[in-house]
Amino acid sequence: MTLKKLAVTFALGSMALVTVGATSILAQSHVNSPDPSLGAPSVSSEESHIGNMTGHAGEGKQLYRRYCIGCHGPDGNGEGMNAQWIDPKPRDFTEATFKCRSTPTGTLPTDQDLYDAITRGFVTTNMPSWRPLTPQQRADLVAFVKTWSPRWTKGKAGAPLDIPAETPVTIESILHGRELFQKLECWKCHGPEGHGDGPSALTLTDDKGNPIRPYDFSSGSRFMCGTTNRDLYRIFMTGLDGSPMPSFADVVKPNEAWDLVHFLRTLQPLKTQEADLWMAYRAAHGADLKPIGPDAAPGGQ
Amino acid sequence: MRSRYFTALAVAVLLGSGMLVFAKPPAGSGSITGKVTYTGTPPKMKPIDMSKEPSCAKQHATPVLTENVATGPGNALQWVVVYISAGDQGSTAPSQAVRYDQKGCQYLPHVLPMQVDQGLQIYNDDQTSHNIHPLSKINAEWNKSQPPGSPAIDTKYDKPEFIPVKCNIHPWMHGYFIVLNTSHYAVSGEDGSFDIKGLPPGKYTVTAWQEQYPAQSQEVTISGSEAKTANFVFKVLPY
Repeated sequence: MTLKKLAVTFALGSMALVTVGATSILAQSHVNSPDPSLGAPSVSSEESHIGNMTGHAGEGKQLYRRYCIGCHGPDGNGEGMNAQWIDPKPRDFTEATFKCRSTPTGTLPTDQDLYDAITRGFVTTNMPSWRPLTPQQRADLVAFVKTWSPRWTKGKAGAPLDIPAETPVTIESILHGRELFQKLECWKCHGPEGHGDGPSALTLTDDKGNPIRPYDFSSGSRFMCGTTNRDLYRIFMTGLDGSPMPSFADVVKPNEAWDLVHFLRTLQPLKTQEADLWMAYRAAHGADLKPIGPDAAPGGQ
Repeated sequence: MRSRYFTALAVAVLLGSGMLVFAKPPAGSGSITGKVTYTGTPPKMKPIDMSKEPSCAKQHATPVLTENVATGPGNALQWVVVYISAGDQGSTAPSQAVRYDQKGCQYLPHVLPMQVDQGLQIYNDDQTSHNIHPLSKINAEWNKSQPPGSPAIDTKYDKPEFIPVKCNIHPWMHGYFIVLNTSHYAVSGEDGSFDIKGLPPGKYTVTAWQEQYPAQSQEVTISGSEAKTANFVFKVLPY
């Protein structure tokens, strides 16, 4: 190779580099531009309110570019560069459908719900906890996330579910919760023992048609939307919108809901008050327990 | 892909007939009747295995078939929604709610048209819990459990949309809510026939929607209390 050829190759190579650099800068400025197709036009005026904190979409936009765009994408539709490698898929903010809410099914979550989700992250998914960001930054992100769908400007968040004080953990409560687990067909997806292996488990898809798994209680992991008994109560009462998990708020009374919470805790391999009571009961009366499944269903064979 | 198609269609409906006129629409006595048929070989509808839900399986002497391309004698195509997609003067929703049943682990009817803001009552007539999950994109998506004996779910939709409905517990259950901006619509019966009544004189676009194949439209002009005919032929494929 002659010196001249080398020089030409080098020149071409650096041109290519410059082009790539310029393209990526352009791509970034696309996000930063006041393009009305990016989020709602009123990006800077959108706010979030979490406690005494006010989040601003303008600041949130910069943070989104830094931390969220890789998965949730420049258009907020969950089609970021990394999305193809990720399962479950990143949330599509343009639909404004959210799993973890304190509000009824079909309604928008509160700012606090979104803030809690960003703070907590989603266990068993690629969404990490964003606790390393300051509370103000997380509030700013909430404000920006709300600019992706016109539903936020037209509608308000639903009224948060009223959760009464927890009832005492008793064996009666657990047994009644077990009856509900049978009657409400929880086991059809979550499995008779809560292993996430019910007869319908393999058929489940989310609202985009992607396969999705029911929660496996035997994994002992945290829940998608929290860790406490109150979180568990809220999860099945509000449902996880966009997923196969329905809301039970219209069909389960508050006290009964606590019974179901107490039973669900016994399905986890954790040292809990519920598990202790249940183990003792099973040791004494295990043989009398009717197994959960199709045969116990009313109207079954 | 399909949902994008529905969205586009629903948006078209919105733009086409969304300009609601607030004056009371003129009552008409024109009508459009016709028959929906197919050419080609339709896919074979598969028998549904309900053995995992014995309380439903025993309600059916012979297995229920899937309904995505429901055909009848004489190449009739059932469950096609024929509606006025443009030219309708608009009308307020009737006070009478439409009824949707979950019976024998099937949705009855398979395709349920309704008007924007019209009441929708959903019943569970089965001995098993269902979860009713309309997969709306334009309207807010919700998903509710409905155990046996629970009261009807009373709801409505405020935007026109073609909404697939499913039960996640019984994955073979599929249906459609067709939310329209018009009160002039009909669903083709087993013989493929439909009848849209009460049309005032005017120039209309009549659209036929089938869940698996592209929608079709025709222009129909009605003067006086004419009874016009409009037939639709869908080209079907065996897969």
